[in-house]
Amino acid sequence: MTGSQLIGNQWLPLLVVASSFVPGLFIFTLAEERQALRTSLNLLGALIKLMFIGVMLGGVAAAQQYEFRHAVLPGLDLVLRADALAMLFVTLSAVLWLLTTLYAIGYLEGAPNRSRFFGFFSLCVTATVGIAMAGNLFTFFLFYEMLTLSTYPLVVHRGTDKAMRAGTVYLAYTLTGGAVLLLGVVWLYRLLGQVEFVHGGVASALGPQYAPQLRVIFLLLILGLGVKAALVPLHGWLPRAMAAPAPVSALLHAVAVVKAGAFGIVRVVYEVFGVEFAQSLGLLVPLAVAACVTILWGSLRALSQEDLKRRLAFSTISQVSYIVLGVALFGPVGTIGGLVHLVHQGIMKITMFFCAGNYAETLGVHEVNEMNGVGRRMPLTTVAFSVAAFGMIGLPFTAGYVTKQYLSEGAEIAGAPWAAWVLLASSLLNAAYFLPILYRAWLRPQRRPWPHPGIPARGWRETSTLLLLPPLVSALAVVLAALLADTGWSPLAWVKLIAAREYLRPIR
Amino acid sequence: MTDPAPWLILLPLGWASIAFLLGPARGAWLAAAGLALGLVLSAQVAAQLASQPAAQAGAAHLHAVGGWPAPLGIALRADGLAALMLLLTHAVALPLALYARPYFARHPEGQRYFWPLAGYLVAALDALFLSADLFNVYVTLELLGLAAVGLVASAGSAPSLKAALRYLFVTLLGSSAYLLGVALLYGVYGHVALPLLAVQMTPPVAPAAQWALALMLGGLLLKTALFPFSFWLPPAHGGAPAPVSALLSALVIKATFYLILRLWASLGHQLMPPALAQLLGLLGGAAVVWGSVQALRQVRLKMLVAYSTVAQIGYLFLLFPLAARAAPAVALSAWQGVLMQAVAHGLAKAAMFAAAGAMAISAGHDTIARLGGVSARLPLSAFTFGLAGITLMGLPPSAGFLAKWLLLDAAADSGRWFWAALLLAGGLLAAAYVFKVLRQAFVRAEESDTSFEALSPMLQWPPMLLAAASLALGLHAGFVLLLAGTP
Repeated sequence: MTGSQLIGNQWLPLLVVASSFVPGLFIFTLAEERQALRTSLNLLGALIKLMFIGVMLGGVAAAQQYEFRHAVLPGLDLVLRADALAMLFVTLSAVLWLLTTLYAIGYLEGAPNRSRFFGFFSLCVTATVGIAMAGNLFTFFLFYEMLTLSTYPLVVHRGTDKAMRAGTVYLAYTLTGGAVLLLGVVWLYRLLGQVEFVHGGVASALGPQYAPQLRVIFLLLILGLGVKAALVPLHGWLPRAMAAPAPVSALLHAVAVVKAGAFGIVRVVYEVFGVEFAQSLGLLVPLAVAACVTILWGSLRALSQEDLKRRLAFSTISQVSYIVLGVALFGPVGTIGGLVHLVHQGIMKITMFFCAGNYAETLGVHEVNEMNGVGRRMPLTTVAFSVAAFGMIGLPFTAGYVTKQYLSEGAEIAGAPWAAWVLLASSLLNAAYFLPILYRAWLRPQRRPWPHPGIPARGWRETSTLLLLPPLVSALAVVLAALLADTGWSPLAWVKLIAAREYLRPIR
Repeated sequence: MTDPAPWLILLPLGWASIAFLLGPARGAWLAAAGLALGLVLSAQVAAQLASQPAAQAGAAHLHAVGGWPAPLGIALRADGLAALMLLLTHAVALPLALYARPYFARHPEGQRYFWPLAGYLVAALDALFLSADLFNVYVTLELLGLAAVGLVASAGSAPSLKAALRYLFVTLLGSSAYLLGVALLYGVYGHVALPLLAVQMTPPVAPAAQWALALMLGGLLLKTALFPFSFWLPPAHGGAPAPVSALLSALVIKATFYLILRLWASLGHQLMPPALAQLLGLLGGAAVVWGSVQALRQVRLKMLVAYSTVAQIGYLFLLFPLAARAAPAVALSAWQGVLMQAVAHGLAKAAMFAAAGAMAISAGHDTIARLGGVSARLPLSAFTFGLAGITLMGLPPSAGFLAKWLLLDAAADSGRWFWAALLLAGGLLAAAYVFKVLRQAFVRAEESDTSFEALSPMLQWPPMLLAAASLALGLHAGFVLLLAGTP
């Protein structure tokens, strides 16, 4: 008897959500000094979540159904469903949550308001897995807004003027985006009844006379989702949100917020409209253009950023739109490139933010021009950073290489060679803003004393262990995702499974 | 005790009178016990109605007091809508009673006649919801108004007396207009029993009857504080002790709105000119915008919450333009959305006023800018404020979100984009004023000059319960729609 039969298939998705929600509520009530209990609750929740996900991964591969359904109102259901696409995102968030939790425990040691921080941190992950497993647009919207609310306290956690301003800008963008999204969702529900996520989409069921309305709805949905996905020009909140502590930035950029937006776009294109129907309405090309503009604009802005975290932030804006581009390139190869980047961008970017946090905590280094010689003082961190940077550029033996291969090929197949040129330009720009950092870190000697040395080196540990291990693990994952790409256990293999299910008819 | 309906009126009258006899500031536990029993009774009424398959079709429990049927005697009539309001009243009043006891222990002014007045207030509300006769409604309106004015005045300070006096004039003017309308109807039809009038008043009706309805509507709008009649509300609600503010904002204005709904649903449906429906909607929209902007400009926490009530009332009046000349399915969505909003706002606003009161007690003031670091000392109250804020902003999961969803659904179907835009903009404005307060919870504590005192759990948990209820309702609200029935 397998675990899923033991628990019952409808309860597993709910348990995955509850495994961070319930510990989160407990953590809120803990006194500040109960560090051991808080840490145990955090890790217990993260491990239990991974266990449930492991059971479901096996089940979904074997075509098992996992669905929880509850009627909020007659005709308005809350649905949590673990399909292949959901599992991709759920697994990514659960694994990176565990890493980030470990990192945050090390990062916030001795800082005030940790119970509040970890409480909202847990709610944030709850919202993310809810978004991943949402089985219809109503459920998706519910968790999408919950994510906005639970990340605000994390963005303003430090309570400084800068953080508070960043939080206000964040809310202004995301809540407005949420309102636009809601309008699109309600409108679609009006036309279609419950808008379930279904392979191949449901909107094509409406007659051709609805095409103009559907175009407007698509625009509303993409605008609402584009705020979180940081599509230019809706990206203004993201660089400012850098005022948050490093683990929050890591989570925001790799899993939670920007990914929620990108994932939403994936769901809307593939499972609400259906990629073929969206193509027939002429919606994919404008979306691809928006993605390309974002890719180039983000990279160009990243070039001129002196603050390391801000440079990474603009790089995120650029990289997340690779996902959108892959989605908008009609054809399974582009789909594979876009979806696999959901995972690949996550592990690469989280590595970079972990490393940026390590530089800041250990040496007080925040600016790129302070990084001379940092590789000699912190070799392990800098190796991890370099691997991730090579991945971003798309060099071989990194996850980024796999993505760019599929995306470029997908662009050719979709008859959009200009998109391939954009990708090439983006790679050059990525190199232009990451290589100088690596050059400074490895090859330039240290010029001045470190700005604020915080953590002394002990033996091979250049910083505290909990700060060092997470980036090493995620950097290893960046390499493994490429080396093991063709085995059955890579993100790529899983994404191929999804793509095969999304394109109902074989293409060409 | 076969029929709970009369007991819902007699019970609070009883415990209020005993509390009065016990002397000043006594009777808190009696009130709590009475309200708990009332909650059970109202749940019983609701369960009876919801279990009937005909609940959708407007089933009602009739009780002829003393065995005299209408139009001769006094008829009590509990249908789904009434049951919903009874349930809301008691679900809000019970936690507030538990909260009020420690509140007044810290804040003795206003305590003197709180329990008797609160009892009469609840009795008046129950009687109002159960009345099927327009004159009886008038009597309950007066009782309600006087008890509410007494509660506002009970703080005893000069500003609160001033606010209470203004409130008294408004409520008397409103009731008089209403009474005049009732008298005119009596002159035309010879009785004022609502169910009979509903049958008789089919268009075309006599001009006198139209005037009557206009007068009644005007009086009720004044008492419901629809913009621009909202001038009296912020000082009255913002100046009263927190449990009183919570009762007034959550329940009392809903009672007069309930009467507007009743009149509209049973009489005015066909009688209301389309222009009037649009006008009411526009006033509602103006209330949303003006109330929110004013809330945003407030320096004091309780005034902010009071202006938020002005804004939230506005949504209730979107029913009329959305349901006017609409398909039955659309009108139903609008009706359900408005009732959901009434319930959501009742729970959330009671929670928010109570949490604001707890913060004010702990800090010794309620100046928003000086509440920095409140989350460190009063995490539960700050959290309660935030959860209640989610409902007011209409974000999921909350009853306020479902209300917005239903109203948007009605607006989307009939292509009335103006109202959809208003609903969304109202949510964003609410976010602006809610976060004006919430951000203080996260500001660095050392920048604040306020020292927060520790508070009893009973000042923190009952509001939390109310806020949590408004969220939980957002995940399971089928029974609300079942009780709400159809317009």
